[in-house]
Amino acid sequence: MSRQANRGTESKKMSSELFTLTYGALVTQLCKDYENDEDVNKQLDRMGYNIGVRLIEDFLARSNVGRCHDFRETADVIAKVAFKMYLGITPSITNWSPAGDEFSLILENNPLVDFVELPDSHSSLIYSNLLCGVLRGALEMVQMAVEAKFVQDTLKGDGVTEIRMRFIRRIEDNLPAGEE
Amino acid sequence: MADAVLFEFLHTEMVTELWAPDPDAGSGGKKKSLSVLEGLGFRVGQALGERLPRETLAFREELDALKFLCKDLWAAMFQKHMDGLRTNHQGTYVLQDNSFPLLVTMGSGSQYLEEAPKVSGMVQDMPICPTLLGLSWGSGLASPLPTVFLAFTCGLLCGALHTLGFQSLVTASVAALPACRFQVVIQKS
Repeated sequence: MSRQANRGTESKKMSSELFTLTYGALVTQLCKDYENDEDVNKQLDRMGYNIGVRLIEDFLARSNVGRCHDFRETADVIAKVAFKMYLGITPSITNWSPAGDEFSLILENNPLVDFVELPDSHSSLIYSNLLCGVLRGALEMVQMAVEAKFVQDTLKGDGVTEIRMRFIRRIEDNLPAGEE
Repeated sequence: MADAVLFEFLHTEMVTELWAPDPDAGSGGKKKSLSVLEGLGFRVGQALGERLPRETLAFREELDALKFLCKDLWAAMFQKHMDGLRTNHQGTYVLQDNSFPLLVTMGSGSQYLEEAPKVSGMVQDMPICPTLLGLSWGSGLASPLPTVFLAFTCGLLCGALHTLGFQSLVTASVAALPACRFQVVIQKS
Protein backbone atom coordinates (compact mmCIF):
# COMPACT_ATOMS: atom_id res chain seq x y z
CA MET A 1 0.00 0.00 0.00
CA SER A 2 2.61 2.50 1.09
CA ARG A 3 4.78 1.38 -1.77
CA GLN A 4 2.01 2.19 -4.19
CA ALA A 5 1.60 5.64 -2.71
CA ASN A 6 5.32 6.13 -2.89
CA ARG A 7 5.32 5.23 -6.52
CA GLY A 8 2.63 7.78 -7.14
CA THR A 9 4.62 10.66 -5.72
CA GLU A 10 7.75 9.33 -7.35
CA SER A 11 6.06 9.36 -10.70
CA LYS A 12 4.70 12.89 -10.16
CA LYS A 13 8.13 14.10 -9.19
CA MET A 14 9.67 12.46 -12.22
CA SER A 15 7.01 13.93 -14.46
CA SER A 16 7.79 17.40 -13.22
CA GLU A 17 11.52 16.81 -13.51
CA LEU A 18 10.99 15.63 -17.05
CA PHE A 19 9.59 19.04 -17.95
CA THR A 20 12.32 20.94 -16.13
CA LEU A 21 15.08 18.85 -17.66
CA THR A 22 13.60 18.99 -21.14
CA TYR A 23 13.33 22.74 -20.90
CA GLY A 24 16.94 22.91 -19.77
CA ALA A 25 18.10 20.77 -22.66
CA LEU A 26 16.17 22.99 -25.05
CA VAL A 27 17.68 26.21 -23.72
CA THR A 28 21.14 24.65 -23.94
CA GLN A 29 20.48 23.73 -27.54
CA LEU A 30 19.23 27.22 -28.40
CA CYS A 31 22.34 28.71 -26.84
CA LYS A 32 24.37 26.56 -29.22
CA ASP A 33 22.24 27.45 -32.23
CA TYR A 34 22.12 31.22 -31.75
CA GLU A 35 25.05 33.48 -31.44
CA ASN A 36 23.82 35.89 -28.83
CA ASP A 37 21.61 35.70 -25.79
CA GLU A 38 19.14 38.26 -27.12
CA ASP A 39 18.25 35.93 -29.97
CA VAL A 40 17.76 33.04 -27.55
CA ASN A 41 15.52 35.24 -25.38
CA LYS A 42 13.47 36.17 -28.43
CA GLN A 43 13.19 32.57 -29.50
CA LEU A 44 12.09 31.41 -26.04
CA ASP A 45 9.49 34.15 -25.96
CA ARG A 46 8.20 33.13 -29.38
CA MET A 47 7.98 29.45 -28.42
CA GLY A 48 6.23 30.40 -25.19
CA TYR A 49 3.76 32.49 -27.17
CA ASN A 50 2.92 29.50 -29.37
CA ILE A 51 2.44 27.34 -26.29
CA GLY A 52 0.26 29.98 -24.60
CA VAL A 53 -1.98 30.26 -27.62
CA ARG A 54 -2.77 26.56 -27.31
CA LEU A 55 -2.53 26.28 -23.55
CA ILE A 56 -5.43 28.67 -23.00
CA GLU A 57 -7.88 26.16 -24.44
CA ASP A 58 -6.66 23.47 -22.09
CA PHE A 59 -6.84 25.97 -19.25
CA LEU A 60 -10.39 27.12 -19.93
CA ALA A 61 -11.57 23.55 -20.41
CA ARG A 62 -10.10 22.30 -17.16
CA SER A 63 -10.35 25.25 -14.81
CA ASN A 64 -13.97 26.31 -15.21
CA VAL A 65 -12.93 29.92 -14.91
CA GLY A 66 -15.32 32.39 -16.45
CA ARG A 67 -14.72 35.81 -17.95
CA CYS A 68 -12.69 38.18 -15.81
CA HIS A 69 -14.19 41.63 -15.26
CA ASP A 70 -11.02 43.56 -14.69
CA PHE A 71 -7.26 43.21 -14.76
CA ARG A 72 -7.15 42.56 -11.03
CA GLU A 73 -9.33 39.53 -11.42
CA THR A 74 -7.15 38.36 -14.30
CA ALA A 75 -4.09 38.69 -12.10
CA ASP A 76 -5.76 36.56 -9.44
CA VAL A 77 -6.69 33.84 -11.90
CA ILE A 78 -3.18 33.78 -13.37
CA ALA A 79 -1.48 33.47 -10.01
CA LYS A 80 -3.90 31.33 -8.06
CA VAL A 81 -5.36 29.09 -10.73
CA ALA A 82 -3.06 28.96 -13.76
CA PHE A 83 0.34 28.91 -12.07
CA LYS A 84 -0.99 26.48 -9.47
CA MET A 85 -2.38 24.17 -12.12
CA TYR A 86 0.58 24.09 -14.47
CA LEU A 87 3.63 24.71 -12.31
CA GLY A 88 2.35 23.86 -8.85
CA ILE A 89 3.28 27.24 -7.40
CA THR A 90 1.25 30.28 -6.41
CA PRO A 91 3.10 33.53 -7.06
CA SER A 92 2.10 36.52 -5.00
CA ILE A 93 0.71 39.61 -6.69
CA THR A 94 2.27 42.92 -5.69
CA ASN A 95 3.30 46.38 -6.85
CA TRP A 96 0.09 47.43 -8.53
CA SER A 97 0.51 50.63 -10.49
CA PRO A 98 -1.85 53.44 -9.39
CA ALA A 99 -3.80 53.09 -12.63
CA GLY A 100 -4.29 49.37 -12.02
CA ASP A 101 -2.76 48.37 -15.33
CA GLU A 102 0.52 46.92 -14.09
CA PHE A 103 1.41 44.36 -11.46
CA SER A 104 4.19 42.01 -10.50
CA LEU A 105 4.11 38.27 -10.03
CA ILE A 106 6.62 37.23 -7.40
CA LEU A 107 7.81 33.65 -7.72
CA GLU A 108 9.43 32.45 -4.52
CA ASN A 109 10.75 29.44 -6.30
CA ASN A 110 10.71 28.88 -10.00
CA PRO A 111 10.46 25.20 -10.96
CA LEU A 112 12.12 25.86 -14.32
CA VAL A 113 15.44 26.68 -12.70
CA ASP A 114 15.64 23.73 -10.30
CA PHE A 115 18.88 22.37 -11.71
CA VAL A 116 20.20 25.53 -13.31
CA GLU A 117 23.20 27.74 -12.85
CA LEU A 118 23.96 30.45 -15.41
CA PRO A 119 27.52 30.59 -16.65
CA ASP A 120 29.14 34.04 -16.79
CA SER A 121 29.23 33.91 -20.57
CA HIS A 122 25.43 34.02 -20.68
CA SER A 123 24.81 36.94 -18.39
CA SER A 124 22.08 38.44 -20.56
CA LEU A 125 20.19 35.20 -21.07
CA ILE A 126 16.67 35.35 -19.65
CA TYR A 127 16.49 31.67 -18.89
CA SER A 128 12.78 31.41 -18.10
CA ASN A 129 11.63 33.78 -20.83
CA LEU A 130 9.32 31.08 -22.15
CA LEU A 131 6.95 31.95 -19.28
CA CYS A 132 6.53 35.53 -20.50
CA GLY A 133 5.67 34.25 -23.95
CA VAL A 134 3.13 31.82 -22.53
CA LEU A 135 1.42 34.59 -20.55
CA ARG A 136 1.36 36.90 -23.56
CA GLY A 137 0.05 34.21 -25.92
CA ALA A 138 -2.61 32.90 -23.57
CA LEU A 139 -3.96 36.35 -22.69
CA GLU A 140 -4.01 37.41 -26.32
CA MET A 141 -6.45 34.57 -26.98
CA VAL A 142 -8.83 36.08 -24.45
CA GLN A 143 -8.61 39.50 -26.09
CA MET A 144 -6.00 41.01 -23.86
CA ALA A 145 -2.78 42.46 -25.17
CA VAL A 146 -0.21 42.46 -22.40
CA GLU A 147 3.48 42.89 -21.99
CA ALA A 148 5.30 40.46 -19.69
CA LYS A 149 8.93 40.63 -18.71
CA PHE A 150 11.33 39.48 -16.05
CA VAL A 151 12.58 42.28 -13.83
CA GLN A 152 14.19 40.13 -11.13
CA ASP A 153 15.59 36.63 -11.42
CA THR A 154 17.04 34.36 -8.74
CA LEU A 155 19.39 32.99 -11.40
CA LYS A 156 20.98 36.43 -11.56
CA GLY A 157 21.39 36.72 -7.82
CA ASP A 158 18.10 38.45 -6.98
CA GLY A 159 16.23 37.26 -3.90
CA VAL A 160 13.09 36.39 -5.80
CA THR A 161 11.93 36.04 -9.37
CA GLU A 162 9.60 38.81 -10.52
CA ILE A 163 7.57 39.00 -13.69
CA ARG A 164 6.17 42.44 -14.48
CA MET A 165 2.86 42.39 -16.32
CA ARG A 166 1.49 45.41 -18.13
CA PHE A 167 -1.95 45.69 -19.67
CA ILE A 168 -1.71 47.31 -23.09
CA ARG A 169 -5.18 47.18 -24.55
CA ARG A 170 -8.28 45.16 -25.15
CA ILE A 171 -8.27 43.41 -28.49
CA GLU A 172 -11.61 44.22 -30.04
CA ASP A 173 -11.83 41.93 -33.01
CA ASN A 174 -11.50 38.19 -32.85
CA LEU A 175 -9.06 37.89 -35.71
CA PRO A 176 -5.81 36.21 -34.80
CA ALA A 177 -2.76 38.45 -34.99
CA GLY A 178 -1.46 39.03 -38.47
CA GLU A 179 -4.70 38.28 -40.28
CA GLU A 180 -6.21 41.73 -40.46
CA MET B 1 5.10 20.10 -9.81
CA ALA B 2 4.75 20.87 -13.46
CA ASP B 3 1.61 19.65 -15.13
CA ALA B 4 1.99 16.88 -17.69
CA VAL B 5 0.43 18.75 -20.61
CA LEU B 6 3.21 21.30 -20.37
CA PHE B 7 5.68 18.66 -21.47
CA GLU B 8 3.55 17.79 -24.48
CA PHE B 9 3.21 21.43 -25.50
CA LEU B 10 6.91 21.99 -25.01
CA HIS B 11 7.76 18.89 -27.03
CA THR B 12 5.60 20.00 -29.95
CA GLU B 13 7.19 23.43 -29.88
CA MET B 14 10.64 21.91 -29.66
CA VAL B 15 10.02 19.75 -32.71
CA THR B 16 8.77 22.75 -34.66
CA GLU B 17 11.77 24.80 -33.64
CA LEU B 18 14.47 22.22 -34.14
CA TRP B 19 13.09 20.37 -37.11
CA ALA B 20 13.69 22.92 -39.79
CA PRO B 21 13.74 21.28 -43.17
CA ASP B 22 16.23 23.08 -45.31
CA PRO B 23 15.55 22.37 -48.98
CA ASP B 24 19.12 23.18 -49.99
CA ALA B 25 20.67 20.79 -47.55
CA GLY B 26 18.74 17.82 -48.94
CA SER B 27 18.33 15.02 -46.46
CA GLY B 28 21.38 16.23 -44.61
CA GLY B 29 19.44 18.96 -42.89
CA LYS B 30 16.82 16.56 -41.61
CA LYS B 31 19.44 14.13 -40.50
CA LYS B 32 20.98 16.83 -38.41
CA SER B 33 17.82 17.99 -36.71
CA LEU B 34 16.75 14.45 -35.93
CA SER B 35 20.01 13.74 -34.24
CA VAL B 36 19.70 17.01 -32.35
CA LEU B 37 16.28 15.99 -31.01
CA GLU B 38 17.61 12.56 -30.22
CA GLY B 39 20.60 14.02 -28.43
CA LEU B 40 18.33 16.24 -26.34
CA GLY B 41 16.26 13.21 -25.41
CA PHE B 42 19.37 11.24 -24.55
CA ARG B 43 20.58 13.92 -22.15
CA VAL B 44 17.17 14.23 -20.51
CA GLY B 45 16.88 10.45 -20.16
CA GLN B 46 20.32 10.27 -18.67
CA ALA B 47 19.60 13.05 -16.19
CA LEU B 48 16.22 11.57 -15.24
CA GLY B 49 17.92 8.24 -14.58
CA GLU B 50 20.52 9.86 -12.41
CA ARG B 51 17.88 11.44 -10.23
CA LEU B 52 16.12 8.16 -9.47
CA PRO B 53 16.35 6.74 -5.96
CA ARG B 54 19.29 4.45 -5.46
CA GLU B 55 17.32 1.27 -4.94
CA THR B 56 15.58 1.75 -8.27
CA LEU B 57 18.91 1.86 -10.00
CA ALA B 58 20.04 -1.53 -8.81
CA PHE B 59 18.61 -3.42 -11.76
CA ARG B 60 20.45 -6.64 -12.29
CA GLU B 61 18.40 -7.95 -15.16
CA GLU B 62 17.77 -6.25 -18.47
CA LEU B 63 14.14 -7.22 -18.24
CA ASP B 64 13.72 -5.33 -14.96
CA ALA B 65 15.17 -2.22 -16.54
CA LEU B 66 12.85 -2.55 -19.52
CA LYS B 67 9.85 -3.07 -17.25
CA PHE B 68 10.87 0.05 -15.42
CA LEU B 69 10.82 2.02 -18.67
CA CYS B 70 7.43 0.63 -19.65
CA LYS B 71 5.79 1.27 -16.31
CA ASP B 72 7.44 3.95 -14.21
CA LEU B 73 9.08 6.07 -16.87
CA TRP B 74 6.05 5.92 -19.15
CA ALA B 75 3.75 6.76 -16.25
CA ALA B 76 5.89 9.76 -15.40
CA MET B 77 5.96 10.95 -18.99
CA PHE B 78 2.49 10.13 -20.21
CA GLN B 79 0.41 9.07 -17.18
CA LYS B 80 -0.12 5.60 -18.59
CA HIS B 81 1.76 2.38 -19.11
CA MET B 82 3.20 1.00 -22.30
CA ASP B 83 0.68 -1.37 -23.88
CA GLY B 84 2.99 -4.25 -24.59
CA LEU B 85 6.50 -5.53 -24.06
CA ARG B 86 7.87 -8.48 -26.00
CA THR B 87 11.32 -9.97 -26.11
CA ASN B 88 13.21 -12.71 -27.92
CA HIS B 89 15.26 -13.29 -24.74
CA GLN B 90 18.37 -12.41 -26.67
CA GLY B 91 18.56 -8.76 -25.92
CA THR B 92 15.89 -7.48 -28.30
CA TYR B 93 12.75 -5.91 -26.89
CA VAL B 94 9.72 -4.51 -28.61
CA LEU B 95 7.73 -1.91 -26.72
CA GLN B 96 4.29 -1.27 -28.10
CA ASP B 97 2.24 1.85 -27.46
CA ASN B 98 -1.19 1.78 -29.09
CA SER B 99 -1.78 5.47 -28.66
CA PHE B 100 1.47 7.35 -28.29
CA PRO B 101 0.55 10.74 -26.80
CA LEU B 102 3.11 12.71 -28.80
CA LEU B 103 1.68 11.35 -32.04
CA VAL B 104 -1.88 12.03 -30.96
CA THR B 105 -0.97 15.70 -30.72
CA MET B 106 0.57 15.60 -34.13
CA GLY B 107 -2.47 13.97 -35.70
CA SER B 108 -4.70 16.76 -34.54
CA GLY B 109 -2.40 19.59 -35.61
CA SER B 110 -3.83 20.85 -38.86
CA GLN B 111 -0.48 21.69 -40.38
CA TYR B 112 0.37 17.99 -40.55
CA LEU B 113 -2.94 16.69 -41.77
CA GLU B 114 -1.78 16.64 -45.35
CA GLU B 115 1.39 14.77 -44.61
CA ALA B 116 0.10 12.27 -42.12
CA PRO B 117 -2.01 10.03 -44.40
CA LYS B 118 1.04 9.17 -46.48
CA VAL B 119 2.37 7.28 -43.54
CA SER B 120 -0.61 5.84 -41.79
CA GLY B 121 -1.46 2.33 -42.82
CA MET B 122 2.02 1.49 -44.00
CA VAL B 123 4.55 -0.23 -41.86
CA GLN B 124 7.81 1.59 -42.02
CA ASP B 125 10.83 0.83 -40.02
CA MET B 126 12.52 4.02 -39.14
CA PRO B 127 15.80 3.65 -37.43
CA ILE B 128 16.39 6.29 -34.84
CA CYS B 129 19.14 6.79 -32.32
CA PRO B 130 21.87 5.62 -34.67
CA THR B 131 23.89 8.80 -34.58
CA LEU B 132 24.69 8.30 -30.95
CA LEU B 133 26.21 4.99 -31.80
CA GLY B 134 27.98 5.97 -34.95
CA LEU B 135 25.49 4.60 -37.46
CA SER B 136 23.76 6.68 -40.04
CA TRP B 137 20.16 7.61 -40.58
CA GLY B 138 18.28 5.53 -43.15
CA SER B 139 17.34 7.37 -46.31
CA GLY B 140 14.40 7.31 -48.68
CA LEU B 141 11.60 7.72 -46.17
CA ALA B 142 8.22 8.56 -47.60
CA SER B 143 7.60 11.06 -44.88
CA PRO B 144 9.86 11.84 -41.98
CA LEU B 145 7.18 13.56 -39.95
CA PRO B 146 6.22 10.89 -37.45
CA THR B 147 9.84 10.04 -36.85
CA VAL B 148 10.44 13.62 -35.88
CA PHE B 149 7.93 13.14 -33.12
CA LEU B 150 9.61 9.94 -31.98
CA ALA B 151 13.24 11.02 -32.06
CA PHE B 152 13.24 12.73 -28.68
CA THR B 153 11.62 9.75 -26.97
CA CYS B 154 14.01 7.27 -28.61
CA GLY B 155 16.92 9.29 -27.33
CA LEU B 156 15.30 9.47 -23.92
CA LEU B 157 14.87 5.69 -23.67
CA CYS B 158 18.44 5.22 -24.82
CA GLY B 159 19.70 7.75 -22.27
CA ALA B 160 17.74 6.27 -19.38
CA LEU B 161 19.05 2.79 -20.22
CA HIS B 162 22.53 4.21 -20.39
CA THR B 163 22.26 5.48 -16.82
CA LEU B 164 20.82 2.14 -15.74
CA GLY B 165 23.95 0.51 -17.10
CA PHE B 166 22.84 -0.79 -20.48
CA GLN B 167 24.16 0.28 -23.85
CA SER B 168 21.35 0.10 -26.33
CA LEU B 169 20.18 0.88 -29.80
CA VAL B 170 16.66 2.26 -29.88
CA THR B 171 14.63 2.47 -33.06
CA ALA B 172 11.00 3.32 -33.57
CA SER B 173 8.40 2.48 -36.15
CA VAL B 174 4.91 3.67 -36.91
CA ALA B 175 2.36 1.20 -38.20
CA ALA B 176 -0.80 3.28 -38.05
CA LEU B 177 -1.08 6.61 -36.30
CA PRO B 178 -1.11 7.09 -33.39
CA ALA B 179 0.29 3.64 -32.52
CA CYS B 180 4.01 3.08 -32.51
CA ARG B 181 6.63 0.58 -31.51
CA PHE B 182 10.03 1.08 -30.01
CA GLN B 183 12.60 -1.57 -30.58
CA VAL B 184 15.38 -1.74 -28.05
CA VAL B 185 18.44 -3.83 -28.81
CA ILE B 186 20.78 -4.16 -25.87
CA GLN B 187 24.38 -4.00 -26.99
CA LYS B 188 26.48 -6.61 -25.31
CA SER B 189 29.96 -5.47 -24.51
